[in-house]
Amino acid sequence: MLTQDEIRALDDGLGRYPKKRSGTVDALKIVQRRRGWISNEVLRDLAEYLGMTAEELEEVATFYPLIFRRKVGRHVIRICDSVSCWIAGSEDIVRRLSETLGLQLGETTADGRFTLLPSACLGACDRAPALMIDDDLITDWNPADADRILARYP
Amino acid sequence: MKINDGEEHMERPLTKNIQPGKEPPDLARYERSGGYDAVRQALRNLAPEQVTGIVKESNLRGRGGAGFPTGAKWSYVPMGEKALRPKYLIANADEMEPGSFKDRFLLEGDPHQLIEGMILAAYAIQAAEGFIFLREEYKLAEKGLRAALAEAYRAGYLGKNILGSGFHLEIGLHVSAGRYMCGEETGLLNALEGKRAVPRYRPPFPQSSGLWGGGTIVNNTETLCNIPHIIRGGAEWFRALSRSADGGTKLYGASGKVKRPGLWELPMGTPIREILEEHAGGMREGTMFRALLPGGASTNFLIEEHLDVPMDYASVEKAGSRLGTGTMIVLDDGTCPVGMVHNLEKFFARESCGWCTPCREGLPWTEKILRALEEGRGREDHLARLERHTRLLGPGRTFCALAPGAMEPLQSALKYFREDFERHIREKRCPWRVTHGDDLR
Repeated sequence: MLTQDEIRALDDGLGRYPKKRSGTVDALKIVQRRRGWISNEVLRDLAEYLGMTAEELEEVATFYPLIFRRKVGRHVIRICDSVSCWIAGSEDIVRRLSETLGLQLGETTADGRFTLLPSACLGACDRAPALMIDDDLITDWNPADADRILARYP
Repeated sequence: MKINDGEEHMERPLTKNIQPGKEPPDLARYERSGGYDAVRQALRNLAPEQVTGIVKESNLRGRGGAGFPTGAKWSYVPMGEKALRPKYLIANADEMEPGSFKDRFLLEGDPHQLIEGMILAAYAIQAAEGFIFLREEYKLAEKGLRAALAEAYRAGYLGKNILGSGFHLEIGLHVSAGRYMCGEETGLLNALEGKRAVPRYRPPFPQSSGLWGGGTIVNNTETLCNIPHIIRGGAEWFRALSRSADGGTKLYGASGKVKRPGLWELPMGTPIREILEEHAGGMREGTMFRALLPGGASTNFLIEEHLDVPMDYASVEKAGSRLGTGTMIVLDDGTCPVGMVHNLEKFFARESCGWCTPCREGLPWTEKILRALEEGRGREDHLARLERHTRLLGPGRTFCALAPGAMEPLQSALKYFREDFERHIREKRCPWRVTHGDDLR
């Protein structure tokens, strides 16, 4: 069930759209910000709130890589694997972080701390290779910094 | 990043206020540099059609990749009493073309410049509602835009009866959730309506029937940032900034193994060599130039013989590619061209929205074949298959420009790096990878 706080945030957040269902992405994000991901149950409740079927909302939710339909860790690492970062060695970042965390791309650590994902171009090509951890952009990645950077995300 | 190196006399209207690494100018500082003068001028002294007329005369072409003349695009919006209202003006700030990072710079560095450009564009087409369609990852830009929008509302540049002119405009910020397709004009409209961002059939064109059926203009961020300067300085001044027939300056970029990757605002039509050697500092020690994509992932490769080509729309097209976003990606001799094309096609295959069959099926096949070449499983018939795909996924075969764009670097790679492709097949490995079985994921 959606909480009172979520319903208030949804009412506030979707007011500017002519139709409630125009705000599907905003709605999914409002709930995801509070719960970390979108479960089937939440998807159904949210669809009802928006006046659409769960299938219609699922169609939108699954389109976006940043709407999580599976549980993710407390921190999400997104490694840019587009061309400029690839030239600068993004495959090494993937290899290094996979080894350090014992994960493949798409997986979450057993303690629920990190999820490792690939990302499309982050628009930081002049400072490649780049990645994001949660809302932070990390550029000019140097493998020697890996442990120090990860330590910032308990 | 240093942006205004080199000749001091050169005019750089787009980036003059930008200080990388520092807070963007607030309203007061933006106004001191002449900001919002163009809005005052236009709303007091110019009819909407006159604003469009000046932009037409300026020879401004769209900076998002397609290069459509901006004034002409605006002139297709139905005007007058009978036009369906509200009309919409949308800033496309969903920069996701691999290798492109110019809009981020403008959004983070001078958000008021974009808002002023949007007010002028909205006035020209008489749109009462505007949206900034921003990609989720641009957090700093989001913060700056929220602050700038609030300031613009407080100062009366947005909202009802702007500066007493009787013109109303509301601008909302839409923060997306990833996906390259949202940058495609009609995909973006579907996304804003809360639907899957698949492309729409054209006609009708968005100019006459776009967002929620209203007349809609979608312009790239850099395009809109040029508008205040055009209105303030005039069409003739704007044309004179350029070294080509296309008006204005251009935010050029370079990434890859150059000495100083970065962005530079230079006259439109600056030759590739000048950008690469004088501004990007040439190639890094121990690397040699092989080729470049002049304007992002979906443009054809250019090679050494093209280095003196001016970076303007017509010249780059004549050389067999496209200006695109004007942000170049450089391929060096230490990087495998087949691997690079594989990386590009993997991106396009992943980002295909699946709406039409050639793109949904063809791009994953293309990616698989290239992966096979990289992993030493290449076969003699693979190159002919790839060539066939460049035709089957080419212009006119698909619903939108995603797949044809994806085929551009592939078709030119097959032409310029034929020997490298054949070597992968002959040697049953990628000559650039030290060990076999490297993880290509």
